[in-house]
Amino acid sequence: MNPFSSGTRLRDMIRAIRACKTAAEERAVVRKESAAIRAAVGESDNEYRHRNLAKLMFIHMLGYPTHFGQMECLKLIAASGFPEKRIGYLGLMLLLDERQEVLMLVTNSLKQDLNHSNQYIVGLALCALGNICSAEMARDLAPEVERLLQFRDPNVRKKAALCSIRIIKKVPDLAENFMNPAASLLKEKHHGVLLTGLQLCTDLCKVSEEALEYFRKKCTESVVKALKDVANSPYAPEYDISGITDPFLHIRLLRFLRILGHGDADASDCMNDILAQVATKTESNKNAGNAILYECVETIMSIEDNSGLRVLAINILGRFLSNRDNNIRYVALNMLMRAITVDAQAVQRHRATILECVKDSDASIRKRALELLYLLVNESNVKSLTKELIEHLEVSEQEFKGDLTAKICSIIEKFSTEKIWYIDQMLKVLSEAGNFVKDEVWHALIVVISNASNLHGYTVRSLYKAVQTSGEQESLVRVAVWCIGEYGEMLVNSTGMLDIEDPITVTESDAVDVIEISLKNHTSDLTTRAMCLIALLKLSSRFPACSQRIKDIVVQNKGSLVLELQQRSIEFNSIIEKHQNIRSLLVERMPVLDEATYSGRRAGSLSATIPISNGAAINLPNGVAKPTAAPLVDLLDLSLDDAPAPSSSGSGFLHDLLGVDLSPAPSQSGTSQAQKSGTDVLLDLLSIGTPPAQSSSFSSDILSTSQDNTTSSGNLQRLSSPSMPSTQISSAAGGSPIMDLLDGFAPNPATSDANGPVYPSVVAFESSSLKILFNFSKPPGNPQTTTIQATFTNKSPNTFTDFIFQAAVPKFLQLHLDPASSNTLPESGNGSITQDMRVTNSQHGKKSLVMRIRISYKVDSKDILEEGQINNFPRGL
Amino acid sequence: MGIRFILMVNKQGQTRLAQYYEYLTIEERRALEGEIVRKCLARNEQQCSFVEHRNYKIVYRRYASLFFLVGVDNEENELAILEFIHLLVETMDRHFGNVCELDIMFHLEKAHFMLEEMVMNGCIIETSKANILAPIQLMDKAS
Repeated sequence: MNPFSSGTRLRDMIRAIRACKTAAEERAVVRKESAAIRAAVGESDNEYRHRNLAKLMFIHMLGYPTHFGQMECLKLIAASGFPEKRIGYLGLMLLLDERQEVLMLVTNSLKQDLNHSNQYIVGLALCALGNICSAEMARDLAPEVERLLQFRDPNVRKKAALCSIRIIKKVPDLAENFMNPAASLLKEKHHGVLLTGLQLCTDLCKVSEEALEYFRKKCTESVVKALKDVANSPYAPEYDISGITDPFLHIRLLRFLRILGHGDADASDCMNDILAQVATKTESNKNAGNAILYECVETIMSIEDNSGLRVLAINILGRFLSNRDNNIRYVALNMLMRAITVDAQAVQRHRATILECVKDSDASIRKRALELLYLLVNESNVKSLTKELIEHLEVSEQEFKGDLTAKICSIIEKFSTEKIWYIDQMLKVLSEAGNFVKDEVWHALIVVISNASNLHGYTVRSLYKAVQTSGEQESLVRVAVWCIGEYGEMLVNSTGMLDIEDPITVTESDAVDVIEISLKNHTSDLTTRAMCLIALLKLSSRFPACSQRIKDIVVQNKGSLVLELQQRSIEFNSIIEKHQNIRSLLVERMPVLDEATYSGRRAGSLSATIPISNGAAINLPNGVAKPTAAPLVDLLDLSLDDAPAPSSSGSGFLHDLLGVDLSPAPSQSGTSQAQKSGTDVLLDLLSIGTPPAQSSSFSSDILSTSQDNTTSSGNLQRLSSPSMPSTQISSAAGGSPIMDLLDGFAPNPATSDANGPVYPSVVAFESSSLKILFNFSKPPGNPQTTTIQATFTNKSPNTFTDFIFQAAVPKFLQLHLDPASSNTLPESGNGSITQDMRVTNSQHGKKSLVMRIRISYKVDSKDILEEGQINNFPRGL
Repeated sequence: MGIRFILMVNKQGQTRLAQYYEYLTIEERRALEGEIVRKCLARNEQQCSFVEHRNYKIVYRRYASLFFLVGVDNEENELAILEFIHLLVETMDRHFGNVCELDIMFHLEKAHFMLEEMVMNGCIIETSKANILAPIQLMDKAS
């Protein structure tokens, strides 16, 4: 009985599956069939084994699991009959792969079949081995395959050749055994053997340099002759394809010549004539001929220089490129891409045609052409090409816009020489296809804008205009919102007008409109909305007239379901409402973003020695309030990474500087900010909340700072320190300073003395190089306010330059810093800087002052950063 | 290794024959076939016969209701693969006589045998129709 004609049940199954109307029905049928086959496997039903396997193949093709049939394959392979073996091997190749351990079991059967007297069975085994051979099998069976390369029947030889390829790929060490037999295959006349022999030689050359040399010496001439023979052969019906004898063999021969000729002048010389003949004589009106020409061009491009041949090849490509057949144009573009390394000038000549191909309706051609064009861009043609591409962006299909945008942005970034051109082009791209622009591209744009100080006004006006017409492009909106927030006043006042600009009139309320629309647009995502809120906060300070309106907009978001927005609105609202005096400081313009830092980051190489600019430090709150724009976040965490940490609390000074309440504070159960993620915490200068009432709830590093301070600054200070209750007791016992008593017993010290008590000066901070002294005074009639005069003294032998002192206080305090007397601190105490600040304590009488400070300066142009916590203020301030 | 896989798919996108020359799990195959078929079937007659997908290049050709798709790597000569598809179809034609989807479905194993005689481990082994069909005819005769 023939197993292949007994397919009634196979047919039935296929019919049943085809009749299925839904995927669920199909699954049910397959499940039933699988169950039946599994049962049959269990019963070792010999008669239907092959049919079951055929069904399994079908089920496998549909994408269902068939692992239970694996053993069946092995049983069929072990059977004696050819038909059983045939289907067994087929199943083996389809259902198994080299990773499965079942393969170990099949090695023995394969070995037997490779030595079988029937050549068809030998062929089957070779075929299976060629498709699934693993490294272990390769080692075991390599001698058999090697022997079969010389088998009398060419059909076995050709399969043995391909099997050898698999073996040498799995075990490259075996390559040298195959060199000799492979070389002899090249002399064969049988096309199949020659074809596979060439393939084997090609692969041998890939794994072994030695083989390449060997074939170059021994075989170049015979391969050239073989190509000559097949190119000039008379009509051979069995191999003829549209008038050409065996194009596949042509191609294999050309490909092998390419490997032999590459980097070897002699071998290249030897093949010049035949390549010229193929390139000129091959018919180019049929696909088969073009396939050969295509391969021939590639060979000419790869072998050693022969200018005559190269001209021929470039001409063929030119002809291909202007062909009306899309397939031919596609391969021409493909080939030009490789030719660009050989002869860029020749490829440049086709630039106009290639540009046309970018606009083709066929996605495959467009993609190739765009990649090719990208390689053709240089300084001299970048402007015209960018213009063309951007123009095309307007009309291109949606699915192509992503690729096109990425390439245009990359070209602009790579070749821009002047910032105005960069900004102009980017704005065009953002207006056309802002939704396709990747985040890092618009981040980079913001960095560039930030650095182009003379173009701020121009940019913000251009963005304002662009966003009126292309408000649906998310990344355009983001950039516009950011710029309006930063440079809003330039938009309104027409600052820095360039000659090329048309004057526009924008009122403050127009600018706020843009932001409000973006904030309320239902398509805007979280990032955009968050950026809008920040922009609004900034504008509230820049446009005092719109402050009330902005506040109203911000308030609307207080109920936002998105936590981030809700939190921001609440915080920003409180800034606008309650913290007028620090608002303008908080929302100062962003410092210029460091381009080198950003591009370094972008390239993934974080350089460790990026100095924190003083500007950045001064405006830290701004940066802090902008978590969404990556460069800004980068800036922040850079300062975290690189901050030298001389003081004991250095590890995370931002946390420390800002998040006084981050330490576990058992005394205040209401504060929940401690649970926030790192960035959020950084944002939260404003939500510092109530500080710990007792120093016992300070985190350990804070404590250690205060202890440092205490030990280094004498008795008086220790006595007055609120963080040391024990010393207070002792001081009270031992005749304490008046202020302790005052504080302890007078609930309202304001009434006690109209002129204000005299407070002792304290050493607020002292390190090995720097000492800070605080003098206190109270303005009459305002007990909540304290004026502090800070005096900085340099203890080191080096002069400090760019000296900047910063301070942060908890929410119940308000701090106003006056400018310092100087920013240079002479060495060794030969002078000092003074700086006044005013602190208003809203919880006067209940809570003491507390302050975190940060001092940055330069010594020999090296940045130094110090910070600390001051909690040794006299009580009652 | 030039050829990574060969697929035959009907107009509805159902796979009728699949042969892979590199290992992919069943799930990967299903996903890959779905993506490729969707991409190729959406294209019109005028567009070129090559589609790039992931790291494959798909060379495809349509015969009546059946699509032949061959996934190749970047080294392969696309025009030659197009010619190979035609050779495959002619070979099947010679055996089945005007081959159609049903022939392939109901004689799946024979279609595979033919393919096996033409391609092995991703390389073309034989281009003569007579040589390809000889073993199959022998088998038919024996039964």
